Order: sequence, then C-alpha cells, then structure tokens
Amino acid sequence: MADSAITADDGVDLSRRKFLTQATVATGAVGALFVAVPFIESWAPSERARAQGAPTELDISKLEAGQMTTTVWRRSPIYVVRRTPDMVARIAGHDGELKDPGSEESDQPAYAKNTLRSRSAEYLVLVGTCTHLGCLPKQRFDAGELYPSWPGGFFCPCHGSRFDLAGRVFQGSPASINLRVPPYSYPNPRTLLVGADEEKGAA
Amino acid sequence: MTVKTATGAPARLPEAAPAKGGFRAWLNKRLPVDEFISSQLTGYYAPKNFNIWYFFGSLALVVLVLQLVTGIFLTMFYKPGELTAFDSVQFIMREVQWGWLLRYLHSTGASAFFIVVYLHMFRAFLYGSYKAPRELLWLFGMAVYLALMAEAFMGYVLPWGNMSFWGAQVIVNLFGTIPGIGPGLVEWIRGDYGIGDATLNRFFALHVVAVPLGLLLLVMLHLVALRQSGSNNPDGIEIKEKTGADGKPLDGIPFHPYYTVKDVVGIGVFFVLFALIVFFVPTFGGLFLEAPNFEVANPLSTPAEISPVWYFTPYYAILRAVPDQRMGALLMGLAVLSFLFLPWLDRSPVKSMRYRGWISRTALALFVISFVALGYLGMQPAEARYVIAARIFAVIYFAYFWLMPFYTRIDPVKPVPERVTYHAH
Repeated sequence: MADSAITADDGVDLSRRKFLTQATVATGAVGALFVAVPFIESWAPSERARAQGAPTELDISKLEAGQMTTTVWRRSPIYVVRRTPDMVARIAGHDGELKDPGSEESDQPAYAKNTLRSRSAEYLVLVGTCTHLGCLPKQRFDAGELYPSWPGGFFCPCHGSRFDLAGRVFQGSPASINLRVPPYSYPNPRTLLVGADEEKGAA
Repeated sequence: MTVKTATGAPARLPEAAPAKGGFRAWLNKRLPVDEFISSQLTGYYAPKNFNIWYFFGSLALVVLVLQLVTGIFLTMFYKPGELTAFDSVQFIMREVQWGWLLRYLHSTGASAFFIVVYLHMFRAFLYGSYKAPRELLWLFGMAVYLALMAEAFMGYVLPWGNMSFWGAQVIVNLFGTIPGIGPGLVEWIRGDYGIGDATLNRFFALHVVAVPLGLLLLVMLHLVALRQSGSNNPDGIEIKEKTGADGKPLDGIPFHPYYTVKDVVGIGVFFVLFALIVFFVPTFGGLFLEAPNFEVANPLSTPAEISPVWYFTPYYAILRAVPDQRMGALLMGLAVLSFLFLPWLDRSPVKSMRYRGWISRTALALFVISFVALGYLGMQPAEARYVIAARIFAVIYFAYFWLMPFYTRIDPVKPVPERVTYHAH
C-alpha cells in the first residue's frame, strides 16, 4: 500500500469529505436525540398513576377540635388538623424564629398564602411530607412538648425539622421551606376535597 | 525445536505460543490464550514488596463475582412489585431450599464489598497510589465506587421493607434540591407522585442489569489502566525505572504464580471471616440489615430513626449537619466527589507515607478519624449534640481534601531510596 498512498492529487476532495462526515455525524446525533425521547419519557408517571392521582374526598364532619386525621392523595399523606382557638392563638408571636413567616418561598395555593396557611382558621390542610427529604413529621401539638418555648406544631424525626401549627418551618431546621399546602376546596361544609379547587379544577 | 524450511533457514516461531501441537496450537492460532496469559499474568511484573494492603483489590473482584452469582440466583425467586416484593423475600428466607443462605450471602456480600473497597481506597491514600501516572486508574476506581453506591442503594430498596421505602424517599428527594428541574426530576425518577410500584420496578431493572453491566465495564477499564501504569507499592517507587539486562524490573516478580498464590491465601482468610458473619451474625446487630426493614414498606409510617446502611452513614451525617436543605445535599455530593480531585490536590513530591513528613501523616490520621466518626454519627438520632459533632468532623473531612495543595507542599518529606525496601522471608 505504501506506493499507492492517497494524496489530495488523487482527486479526493478532502474538505468535501470532511463536510459530509460532519453532516452525517450531526444528523445521526439529532436522530439519536429523537430516539432517546420515548425511552426517557417512559419513566414519567403512567396513565394509571395519573388516574390514581385524581382528587380525593374526606368527610370532616366527625373530626373533633384539636384532632388530626390523615388521608392519602397522590401517594402522599395529607394532614387535616381541626385547630382549636387556642391552637390558632399559638401560631402568632414567633415570626422572628421562622425561616419563611410570610410563605414567600414556600409552595401553597394563593388562598393559603397567609399567616394561618389555610382557607379558614379552623382547618389546616398540609402535605404531610417533610419539605427536607420527605419523612413524615410527627404531631407535637401541645405547648412546651419539645422544649419550654415550643408553641406546638410538627417535628420530623428523621433530621429534626420543626414546624408550627400552620406548617411554617423554624430556623435551625434542615428543611428550608414551610410544609406544602395541596390545592383543596369544600364542596359542602361536611366535605374536604383534596387535589381540586375553584381555580384549577382537578389538579 | 527448529523447524526446517525449504531454504534451510529456521522458521520464526511465535514466542508466546510454544508449538505444543494439537489442540493448544489450534486454539492459540484462533484465540490468543497463551499470549494473554504471558502478557497479563506470567509476564506481568508486580513490585516484590507488596504487603497486606495489597489483598483488597483481588478480594473486591472475588466479592463482585460472589454478588453476581448470588444475585442471579436471587432474581430466580424474587418478584419486583409493591405487592409481591416483600413477600417474595420472605418466601426466599423461609421456603426456597437454601434461600436464606443465598440472601445472606448477597446481603453480607454488599457490606463486605464496601469494607474491602474502603480498605482498598485507604491503601491508595497511604501509598499515594492515585498520584501520576495513575490518575486515570484512580478515576476509574472512583467510578466503580460511585456505581457501587448506586447499586447498593437500589438493592436496598428491593426487599421493600419500611427502611427500603423511607431510604428511597430520602435519597430520591435529594434530587429535588436541584434548582429549577428538581421537582420534575424527582417525579421522573419515581414514575409516580410517590415512591411506589413504578419506582421499585425500575430500580430492579437498574440493579440487576444496567448497573452491573456498567460495573463490569468500569472494573475492566480499571484493570487495563492498572496494567498500563503498573502497580504502585508501599515505597511509592516506580519499579519500571530500574530494569535488569533482560528489560524486566529488578524489583518486580511475575504476578503469576507469586501474587496469585498470595491472593489465594487472602481469599481463604476472607471467606473464613465472611462465613462467620453469614452463619452467626447475618444482620450484624442491625448494621448490615436494619431492624425496620423486617416490616413491610408503609408510606404512612416513618421509622423512628431513618439511617442508611453503615457504608453511607459518613455522607448522611454531613447531609444532616447542614441546617439548609440545598446546601446539605450539595455538601454531601461534594463529600463524595472530593475523592475525584485527589490526584491534583496532592502536591507532595513523594507518594508513600513512609517518606512523607508529620503534616501529611497527621492529616491522614485526622481524615480517617473523621470519616469513622461521621460514620458513627450518621447512625445516631438527629439530636443537637450529634449534629454539632458531625459539623466539626465534616470541617476536618473537607479540610483534608481542600487544604491538601497547601500542607503537602510544606510537608518535610524524607529522601526516597532508589530501590524498594524488601526483606526476604
């Protein structure tokens, strides 16, 4: 082969060859990206998972004042607390100890972006997974239950995040934002509908 | 042995394939078996001064094979799926003939893998094995370590116990801290609005097919890179620089039979200890198999204390030590990735601790203490005194890596001898 080495003089247009090679590689790369889409999207929630994520109803007429009940929406526990006037009173007065007292950085519907983080003072509806890494915060509703100045709220056993009775996170917790509030509405006074509200319909 | 040709001149015979005739010659003409053995085993010269720290590379290979074999048998009885997974593991433990042994070999093998790999990595710290010209060897090794962590994490989810579930919840949510794409990414990884059937099935596929394939490829690259640069040794001297008249390193001996025989002894000792754990303390007091995992996954009940298996606890302690979600996840990731930069952070002119000064030695000792202490703290509840201790040790941990360019330069090193130190037994 040594005496038949290809040179530019043999009529090979090297720049043309280089262009065609690059064009082929580029076209192939674009094709590969398109082919990757179905594989990547197969990991998204399936139609079944989406259907099972539909709004869920809860009868709240039997919930006593000061009690909490849990329901499930989209595989997440939903905490529903019927707060007593005393519990509501204990939400005030510690804004200085909170990371996000005004819920500016936190995740909630517009009607829950208030001090009590709820549509009404009585019922608190929260996604019961810690905004740190998803554990279930435990109820520690009594004043002083964790330490003398504790105003009552939630405590996450995994990494020690603390939240008040409106789900707002205390400073010194690994969680950075308040507990999430799901979209919810009251189709009638006895029923709580989690996952749907007037604005979004079925979320 | 000379073969007469038509011209009377001796024919050239391939050196590596002695014409034993028959099948051997037939085979070697088609597959370079003898050539491979002579270039990789009998003709591969390793330093003659290896010590006990050089057992752990070959042991890691042995454990890899053990995990592959026991894993293949476990998949014959295990059924992924949120309704079947936990029960099928109970089925393996109670009803499959010898199923308990297959599972305990696999679960103990996972911890053994990390013990062996951590000791193997410590050897590199001790003798500077990551330094030039072995940077790529080190990076491939670190890639193996990362793949192993992914493999171990997903494997721990498969029994679908309550710690499996909550461990998955915590680790998958770490990806949620990535700005912008976080929440969508988490949903994509889970395949649902929570950890569930979809998550379990894809973890199964990754654990038994995808990651093991990647691991095998990376282990092969690790070994090819090792053969290219040659093994380091406790003196940190390049044996290739001192060769005899035959071109072979003066301080080297053929890997086979000398080190294969040595490794077989190490493997024997390893399996004695391994069997003691498998047969007498397979859960290792809750360290290898955690108590909450003997209860089925329950999305509405967090175990009292969530802690990962022991080999992840140093990083977990760092995650918990930071009072900010995003920073915690970031520092945890950095704690793992810091290892990657070691070849370029270490500016010492000397490889081995034998010839380094008191600064490097103290730094390494502090690092080992802080790694072990973080491992202990990661198993403790999230109480203030533990968290504060974890912060102190996390600072030492990071200081070891990121102050290394400074302290290794002022470290009073000793002169390195020309030849390795070796005393015949």
